[in-house]
Amino acid sequence: MTGDPADTTTATEAAHDSTGPTAARDGSAAQPGGPDAVACAGLVYAFGGTNAVDGLDLTVRPGEVFGLLGPNGAGKTTAIRCVTTLLPVPAGMVRVFGRDPADDRMAVRRLLGYVPQQLSADAALTGRENVTLFARVFDVPRRERAARVAQALAAVDLTEAADRLAKTYSGGMVRRLELAQALVSAPRLLILDEPTIGLDPIARTGVWEHINAVRTATGMTVLVTTHYMDEADQYCDRVGLMHRGRVRALGTPAELRHGLGERRRAEGGPADGAPPTLEDVFRDVAGSGLDDSSGDFRDVRSTRRTAQRVG
Amino acid sequence: MSEAPVAPPSVSADPAAADGIGLLVRPPRPRAGWRLLPARVGAMCVVELQKLRHDRTELYTRAVQPALWLLIFGQTFTRIRAIPTGGTPYIDFMAPGIIAQSAMFIAIFYGIQIIWERDAGVLNKLLVTPTPRSALVTGKAFAAGVKSLIQAVVVVVIAALLGVALTWNPLRLLGVAAAVILGSAFFSCLSMTIAGIVLSRDRLMGIGQAITMPLFFGSNALYPVAVMPGWLQAVSKANPLSYQVDALRGLLLGTPAHLGADFAVLVLAAAAGITAASALLGRLAR
Ligand SMILES: Nc1ncnc2c1ncn2[C@@H]1O[C@H](COP(=O)(O)OP(=O)(O)O)[C@@H](O)[C@H]1O
Ligand SMILES: [Mg+2]
Repeated sequence: MTGDPADTTTATEAAHDSTGPTAARDGSAAQPGGPDAVACAGLVYAFGGTNAVDGLDLTVRPGEVFGLLGPNGAGKTTAIRCVTTLLPVPAGMVRVFGRDPADDRMAVRRLLGYVPQQLSADAALTGRENVTLFARVFDVPRRERAARVAQALAAVDLTEAADRLAKTYSGGMVRRLELAQALVSAPRLLILDEPTIGLDPIARTGVWEHINAVRTATGMTVLVTTHYMDEADQYCDRVGLMHRGRVRALGTPAELRHGLGERRRAEGGPADGAPPTLEDVFRDVAGSGLDDSSGDFRDVRSTRRTAQRVG
Repeated sequence: MSEAPVAPPSVSADPAAADGIGLLVRPPRPRAGWRLLPARVGAMCVVELQKLRHDRTELYTRAVQPALWLLIFGQTFTRIRAIPTGGTPYIDFMAPGIIAQSAMFIAIFYGIQIIWERDAGVLNKLLVTPTPRSALVTGKAFAAGVKSLIQAVVVVVIAALLGVALTWNPLRLLGVAAAVILGSAFFSCLSMTIAGIVLSRDRLMGIGQAITMPLFFGSNALYPVAVMPGWLQAVSKANPLSYQVDALRGLLLGTPAHLGADFAVLVLAAAAGITAASALLGRLAR
């Protein structure tokens, strides 16, 4: 499934190994032979005339933390919304643990925990009530509801703030609360859309540490989007660099960085010593024009709005 | 589903596990088909009650208008006897109309809120839970009903304090509750449907404000159908609010009413509203 279309550049060579779970840190979490957590094949989604997602090929392996990276407007959120059944896609384009959302939306939803890009906790409810609502709508039986909600809140360090209204929470706390809402149904796949957007550096680290702790403890698969390359480099097992609706390079952050370094050396580029960062890789695969195409007015506005709400 | 958890939890190593995380690796068993709808409706209604418990200001501020209607309009028109009500004091006659009006305002505004929930991502998140769209809309409709019902209780108490002779027969009050909830289910779905058509917060606010007063004045809430001009009678006949008011009047005051027809219309209207809003909800998700 990682066999990419021909226009993928050479920086992706390392990514073409679709054999073996090289990347997953927690190898035990992967079910050998089991279906991929997410498989998109030639996914296309258009708003009006323009393709927001334009032939996306993507596989997320069970147990890994996969980062979908790209500038504002790259199509990350649209791709996520296709996977989460929010946008209708034709049969055969998307599979979640082998299930096609076009055939059985409810079965796919039961596998998912979803945290959208906007801050989506209900400000007029307490933290505990927010999580309890999701326990209810995922059919957690009454006798274990309270215990499950308490565990989800504890997993994100919100036990003490649990009975305060969510409108008193800081941005980082709201994100952690949303994580608890997603966790309470024991999803096999956690989907986080820009979980750290607009947060200060300390809150960002906090959110990532909780994501990691939960992943280690439960073995669930994580699909996360971000436009912060440094975070992806640090926390993701594998990343896909997305630009204009398509994944342009795929691999572990180290593979991608080394790939570019090698190539620069081979081409006899400037030996200024600094090893390439993930951002350099991105500039390399996106080519010129990245700056003028990254995000139209609408994208920047919606990103800013989220940032304001968080701040 | 019978899937085993992805991996056995490595309980000992992880700090989060100190509090126990064992339940978070076991997906809950899906509820059987027919029990899903009542469960979702219950979940949405519980949320409304929790919100009301945390913040009752809306309940009080929204009680001001009906109180003024009853106090000023009701008492004045009772005195001048301008409207033929068949012997009932005018304030008694209009009290059920005011109860229905305040419930309708709440319901229409509740439906408008769905656009806020969409913009805030709350709706998207609910749409990614195992909740069919019709169940989500039904849940929202009944949650609006619960909210309206509590508002209606406040207005009933105000009316009683102003000396309106209301029934305290529990069976009749149960009927009142049913009429309020059904009417609110319809009106909240009406604004959710409009939300699904216009898709924008500003336009929806405008339309919401534009329809509430015509719905109110184009009903039998303030005057009996008999005194209306022909065209207004036609409007009133097509207006579910009229049937709600008729039912409330019959139940609360014991005046002659067409309870069978009233409830039939209210049930049909609510069902139609839920169907229309469910069909358009997908547009809000895009
Ligand atoms: N609801 C929508 N209607 C029309 N265009 C949209 C909508 N959502 C996104 N787009 C457009 O699709 C493209 C991809 O957007 P998005 O998936 O949000 O990107 P990202 O999440 O990577 O920032 C952008 O050009 C954006 O303007
Ligand atoms: Mg986005």
